[in-house]
Order: sequence, then C-alpha cells, then structure tokens
Amino acid sequence: MTDATQHSGAYVRETLAEAREAPGRFFGPIAWMRQHLFGSVIDTLLTFLGVAIIAWLAWQVIDFAFLRAVWTGENGEVCRKEGAGACWPYVEAYWKQFVYGRYPIEERWRPTLVFALFAATLVPLAIPSVPYKRLNVFLFLVAFPVVSFFLLTGGVFGLVEVETTVWGGLLVTLIVALTGIVCSLPFGILLALGRRSKLPIIRILCIVFIEFWRGVPLITVLFMASNMLPLFMPAGMEVDKLLRALIGVALFTGAYLAETIRGGLQAIPKGQYEGAMALGLGYWQMMGLIVMPQALKMVIPGIVNSFISLFKDTTLVLIVSLFDLLGMIQASLADPIWISPVTGKTGYFVAAVTFWVFCFGMSRYSQWMERRLATGHKR
Amino acid sequence: MAEDHRSADEAPRVPWYNDPIWRGYVFQGLTLIVVAGIAWTIVHNTAVNLEKRHIAQGFGFLSTTAGFDLAQESISFPKDASYGRALLVGLVNTVIVAVAGIVFATIVGFLVGVGRLSHNFVISRLCTGYVELLRNIPLLLQIFFWYFAVLGVLPSPRDSIQPVPGWVFLNNRGLYLPEFRFGGFAGDGIFYGLIFGLVVSWFVRRWASKRQMETGQPFPAGWTSVALIVGLPLVLFAASGFDLTLVAPKKSVFNLSGGIQIIPELMALVLAISLYTASFIAEVVRAGILAVSHGQTEAARSLGLSHGQTLRLVVIPQAMRVIIPPLTNQYLNLTKNSSLAVAIAYPDLVSVGGIVLNQSGQAIEVIAIWMAIYLGTSVATAMIMNAYNRRMAIVER
Repeated sequence: MTDATQHSGAYVRETLAEAREAPGRFFGPIAWMRQHLFGSVIDTLLTFLGVAIIAWLAWQVIDFAFLRAVWTGENGEVCRKEGAGACWPYVEAYWKQFVYGRYPIEERWRPTLVFALFAATLVPLAIPSVPYKRLNVFLFLVAFPVVSFFLLTGGVFGLVEVETTVWGGLLVTLIVALTGIVCSLPFGILLALGRRSKLPIIRILCIVFIEFWRGVPLITVLFMASNMLPLFMPAGMEVDKLLRALIGVALFTGAYLAETIRGGLQAIPKGQYEGAMALGLGYWQMMGLIVMPQALKMVIPGIVNSFISLFKDTTLVLIVSLFDLLGMIQASLADPIWISPVTGKTGYFVAAVTFWVFCFGMSRYSQWMERRLATGHKR
Repeated sequence: MAEDHRSADEAPRVPWYNDPIWRGYVFQGLTLIVVAGIAWTIVHNTAVNLEKRHIAQGFGFLSTTAGFDLAQESISFPKDASYGRALLVGLVNTVIVAVAGIVFATIVGFLVGVGRLSHNFVISRLCTGYVELLRNIPLLLQIFFWYFAVLGVLPSPRDSIQPVPGWVFLNNRGLYLPEFRFGGFAGDGIFYGLIFGLVVSWFVRRWASKRQMETGQPFPAGWTSVALIVGLPLVLFAASGFDLTLVAPKKSVFNLSGGIQIIPELMALVLAISLYTASFIAEVVRAGILAVSHGQTEAARSLGLSHGQTLRLVVIPQAMRVIIPPLTNQYLNLTKNSSLAVAIAYPDLVSVGGIVLNQSGQAIEVIAIWMAIYLGTSVATAMIMNAYNRRMAIVER
C-alpha cells in the first residue's frame, strides 16, 4: 500500500500547503484605499475635493474659535480690532444670562436646583437597567413638574415670587420643551385612541383636531396663542404670556404625538387585542393593561424624536417676545458695550454648539433605544 | 338551566347600559355636548371681548388702504393699495420662497443622500457630517446665521463684490443680476417652445414605454425629450435672430439700479431653509434606496441590463415608491417653515399678516386667513398623496 502511494502518486502532497498571504490587491490598507478612495479618476477627484472641503471647514472653525479668538477683555473694544475671531469675553460676561435669563441673581439657585432635579430624575429613567422605573416615571412626569413650578414661580413656602417675564435663556428652552412633551403625552394618547375608535363622531373629531394642528406652522399657532387666547377667555381673566405660548405648544405637539402613538398602536398585532377581549377585559382595561404598555414602549424613539424637534422649535417663542436661549443671545447682541463685527458670530456659534450637543445626544439615544427595542414584533 | 337553551344566533341579553351600541351613542353624545359647550363658550367670550374693545368683526378691513411699503413687491403694490393686496403680495412671496427652497433642497438632498451611500469613504463621511450637523441645529438659528453673520457683513453697494465684473454684484443690499429682456417674438417663442416641447416629450415617453412593453424595442426617449425641450425654444430663439438684451445693474454713488435685485432676506431664507430641509431629504432618499433589496440589482444585472438601465428601470422606480410620500411631507414642512421669514422681516404671508394684524387689530380674521391657506395646502397635498399611494401601492398576490 505504501509502495503504491509512493509510485502512483509521487505528485500527491502529503502535508497541507501553507496558507499564502492574501493578495495585497484585495486586503490590507492599500487595497482599502484603492477601493474606498481612489477607485477611478472621478473617485480620486472626489476624494481630494472632499478632503479639501473638510480641511477648509475645520480650519475655519479652529481659526475662528481658537487661533484668532480674543480671550480676555473688559468690553467689546478688544473684539473690534481687524481680523479678530470669536469674542470670548462677551460670552463670559453673558453666559449666566444665556442660562437663566433675567432671573434675579440672588434667586438663581432655584433654577439651578430645577436643572439638578431634572438630571436626577431623567438620567436613571434613560438607563434601562436602573430599577424602580414606575416610581421614576412618576417622579419625572408628576413630582418634578409640580416641584419645579413652585420653585420657579415662588410665592409659597417663603420663596420670593418671580414673574415669568424675567425667565429666560436655557431655562425657558427647557421649560417650553418639557412642558410641551409632558402635557401633550396624555393628550396625544387620548387623541390616538380616538382616531382609531369605532365611534364615528369621536373619530371624526379627533381626525379634524389632529390634522388641523399638523397642517399649520407653529408660528401661526404661537401668534394665535398670544393674540387670540386672551379673547377666548372670560372678560377680566389674564393669561400669563409664557403660559399662552405653553398652551399653543402643547396643543401643537399633542397632535404630532398622537400620530406617533397611532403608529405604535397600529404595530400591535391583532392577536393582542383579541387575546385581551377573550379574557373579558373592557375597552379601557384592554388599552391600559395590554395595548398601551406595548405601544408606548415601541414609540419611545418616536417620542424622543418629537422632543428633539420641539426642542429646536422652542426657538420660535422669540417671535412672540419670550426669551429662550436664542432669544437671549439675540437680545444680548444689541448691547452697545459688546457690539462688534464678531459678536454675532460668537453668539450664534455658542447657540449652535449648545443646541447641537443636546439634539445630537438625544438622537443618538433614540437610535440606540430603537435598536434595543427592535426585537419584539419583528417576524 | 332553562336560559341555557337559547339558539346560537340569538344575541346574549345584556341590560341596555352595558350594550356596546348604546354606550357608543351615549359617549358620542356626551363628547358632542362637551365640544359644543367649549365652542359656544369661546365664541361667546370672544364676542363679548371684541365688543368691549370696539373691534368690528368680518373681512371688511381687507379693502382698507394699507399705507405701508414692503421690502419685496413681487406683484405691483401701489401706495394706496389695500390690506387684501398686501396679503396677496405676502402670499406670492411665500410661494417664491417655497418653490425656490423646494428646488434647491431637492437637488442638495438627493446629492447628499446618494453621497452617503457612496463607497468613497471621504464623500460618505462628509455627507453624514452634513446631515448630522444641519438637522440638529434649529432652523431659526441657521436663518439668523446666514442673515446677520454672513450676508449682514457683506460690503456696502459702493464696494460690491463682483463675481462677474460689470454684470453680477453682491453687497449688503442683496444680489444684483442682469435682467434678460427679449425683443420681438423671442420671449414668446421660448415660452411656447418650452411648453410644446414638454407636451410632445410626454407623449413620446408614453409611446416609447408602451412599445418597449410590447416589443422589447427600447427607444432613446430621454435624449429625444432633452432635444425637444431644449431644442425647440433654441430654434425659435435663433429664428428671432437672438433678440436678447442683457440689462446690467448700474452703479451709482450710493446704490445700484436696474437689473434684478434679490434682497438679502430672501437669500438668507432660501439658503437656510433649503440646506436645512436638504438634510432631511437626504435621509429620505437614503432610506428609499436602501429599501430596494440587493437581489433586485443582482437579478437585473443577471438579466443583462447595464448599470445605467438597472438604476433607471429597476432601482429608481422602486426607490421612488418609498421616497415620494415622506418627500412630500418634507416639502410641506419646508412651506410651513417658510413662515420663519417673520424673524428677519422678509415680507411673506405671516410677516405681512403680522403687520396687518398689528395695524388693524383684526387678529381673528388675519389668523383665519393664515390657517385657511396653510391648511388648504396641506389638505390638498395629502389628498394628492393618497391618490398617488393608491396608484403606486404594490399589488400583492
């Protein structure tokens, strides 16, 4: 047998050949560059163009914000010289106003406390592995708003009363966005249920309501809230300006949230409804115990997205002369002490970075949540 | 035991207050009463309040003389024109912003959306960066940025930037372009040639696709349409002896006159709004292309279609089905967002309406006009979209 092998198969290898290196054309950094950067002439040109654009933009930002920036100074004089970049002393002088608006200086610990409470209730809520979610939701959606309301407005427990007209900056941005979402959530749930109801009158009322608010721009809603709401109230009843904007925002957001939640309701398989009915549950029990918990869990990313757009839209309140973060910055630009060709750019840079960090963070969170939740009903 | 013997089709007996049909009636009735009550309270309060403030109701104020000037009068707006005319100018200005914004946003959005899927690493990262940057910054801030920080610091008319020396001027009063003045029948010829070309190429396309379906013979309908749409007006223009005069803006000591002026408010608004919306359109386009499964491309290639044919006949038609509904939504958003014009005083519908509202005090009527116009646009678009979706829906087995 050994002989036969030796004679008939002299050419048969007895050991495995060593695996050769993969050809450089297909693997390794050079191949990667050939595939992803220099595939063809046009590709090469595009690569260089892209690198040039990125380098130019990065240089503009670094040059403006750091290299040419003015770092110290008492007033705008230092920023008025030729070729000055970002005017940081202006931001240093104003940043507290960007955060608190014209809230009285000795009372600023109150908004600070509200920010802290907000973080303390939101962070554990956003991390799925932290226990006591039910208690946490209650604290965030009920306890926190009530406590914040009394803290900020004052007039009770020995706190000085602070009029809403002096509120401003990031504080107002957060108040408008949060109140918008928190108030409109229950409202949106009811509207979404109504739109899917079998009762024609309720369905039609809900459709008309939702489509009305979705069909008009937020600005006209804010104009309406600030000009028409006082007319709607019984004579002699005054509505606070901030409250008017909040009502407008809540109605507007409610309609959008209703559509988001309806999407979640539609994604619940029919078997869930039938199962609930077979167990003998009534409508509200079925919705409250079986359908809504699943649907709401599914639309968490959608709700976060609504919150992001609401957060961006908060800037519009400056048109009905409320001062949110952008409004404060815009107002500060008129200060003659700091006026200079670069003050505006600096202010907008600060606003853009702030908004971007918030919105980008939230959108990343919602994408992560979406991936986490994308296990339930997929077939 | 006796009541267990009823037949199967006999409905179970429940008291009327537990009967779902009756309950439905009662709930709906209650809702109606509550809604009507709220509506009546609002109407009543408003009537009382208006009477107290001595504001007349109704749309009569629309014919009152306005007595203000608008920064951009797209249709004639004489000194003694009425509030109604002012609102009409505002509407035309809104349409201008919306159309220009939609055109630019679509071009940029498609480029960026396709670019994000490019296998070129630098390009795809650049496009991702564009989307993530612009859609996470509030639109109003972007408008302010363009208006105050970019266009606001342009030189005065005296030392305008001249991209095309003598013809195009850019300064802090806007962009000045030469005006095209067609003489003789050149203008009419180009206009009717274009329309005729469009109509004929539509028929050619229909005939070509019908023939391809029946016989498999392709016809270069694309090139024919280009030839018709570009060629016909060109031929007519040539026939008029190229009768065209370019009127350049003239520089005087303090200002420029003649030519076409695009005011900075319009430029800032269109730039901000179209770049912002483009970041959303890019995402829509990307999702649409990704929704076409890879098997479709492979099948088309194995049938012998070229790369271009695969894109044109297989991928794009299927992607468009996914893209168009959210794309229309973005167009609507853009139109609604154009109302941010009020922040930089570009005279759009909301901006002009705001002036009218402040001058005449007719808050309800002005807001009703706004709502009617925006709602009308939204509802009309929604109806067209529903019809489109019904036509395009995949016919399942």
